[in-house]
Amino acid sequence: MIRGERVLFREISVAVRAGDALLLRGANGAGKTTLLRVLAGLTRPEAGRVTRAAAHHWVGHREGLKPQETPREHLKLWTQAWGSGAETDPVLTRMGLTRPADVAGRYLSAGQRRRTALARLLLEDRPVWLLDEPYTALDADGRKLVDDLIAAHRAMGGAVIAAIHGEAGFAASGDLTL
Amino acid sequence: MSAAPILAAFRQSLGEAWAGGAGALLPLGFLGGAAVLVPLGIGSDVETLKAVGPGIIWVALALASLVTLERIFQSDAEDGTLDLWLQTGAPVSAIAAAKTIAHWLSAGLPLALFSPLLALMFQAEASPDLLVNAGLYALGSLAFFFWGGVGAALSATVRRGGLLISLIALPLYVPTAIFGALAMSGGPGSAGAPLFLAASTLFACAVAPYAMAAALRLAAD
Repeated sequence: MIRGERVLFREISVAVRAGDALLLRGANGAGKTTLLRVLAGLTRPEAGRVTRAAAHHWVGHREGLKPQETPREHLKLWTQAWGSGAETDPVLTRMGLTRPADVAGRYLSAGQRRRTALARLLLEDRPVWLLDEPYTALDADGRKLVDDLIAAHRAMGGAVIAAIHGEAGFAASGDLTL
Repeated sequence: MSAAPILAAFRQSLGEAWAGGAGALLPLGFLGGAAVLVPLGIGSDVETLKAVGPGIIWVALALASLVTLERIFQSDAEDGTLDLWLQTGAPVSAIAAAKTIAHWLSAGLPLALFSPLLALMFQAEASPDLLVNAGLYALGSLAFFFWGGVGAALSATVRRGGLLISLIALPLYVPTAIFGALAMSGGPGSAGAPLFLAASTLFACAVAPYAMAAALRLAAD
């Protein structure tokens, strides 16, 4: 994969199976985000291919929350866009977003925005989660919440590929250093 | 494939256009201001104003349509929404078209309804039927928004891309401006002009979404 004039990574191969959690490691700029974007189909690799056996969720480092959008509206929008028919209230409660549920995105803290983005994971069952720095801006409580979500997801046979700096709060089934 | 993502994109854009604060007021103010300046600049001679009126209003309409387009895809690229839309599985061209139509409804349609009143000011109405003229303006502005959308998609990741949008879109506005002004002039050859105007708009609606989709994929890459 080439970014600008620089070869980020070559000849890598990643695969996840049900219940797996793969950690992507590497210094800033090593290409973790780029690899995740390749896996998500957002960025085209210079060579090679991605085979997707299942639908995936994407939580990038940009939350996808509009400044005028409240967490409740955000979840409603994506429930409708995906046609999942999920109830948003239980998801808001689960993510600790009950209090700021009707506060516009521009007034939310970074942690609350991140929780809103992560809440999309619960709107629809999708086997693969692609998470870019899921702990960013989260407090201890929020990090624990992410760990719990990932554990529950894996227990149900889901797989996770996450770029994480520092300690992950869950036992990964493998890691890849770029 | 379901239409749900496309409808959701449409609704989100509609909400966003009004949440920006100004909604249609900014382009309307621009259109009004530009049209009012012209008589001040070229004098108040009725015959002159009648002659230049239709052309002036089409030019003002074309420029006013560019006012709000800068943010239509740029905000999505900045806040990560674009990544999500690209992964819905719905055709990106359909999502881009839905967003463009939403923007046209919130800014273009008010412009089209306002334009015949400005034309009255120039005493330039060939056909006294305001509603027919509003329809022609609406048709033309739809083409302006689709071509402008291509510029907006191409400059989605460019800071202060407004000027770039104008550079890309203005040449594409030419057929619409020609046939639009001709249709209103009432001069020779104006009878078939509304049909040519409609054809140029249809062409824009058919081609622009694919150009927007390619540009948006490139913006996310």
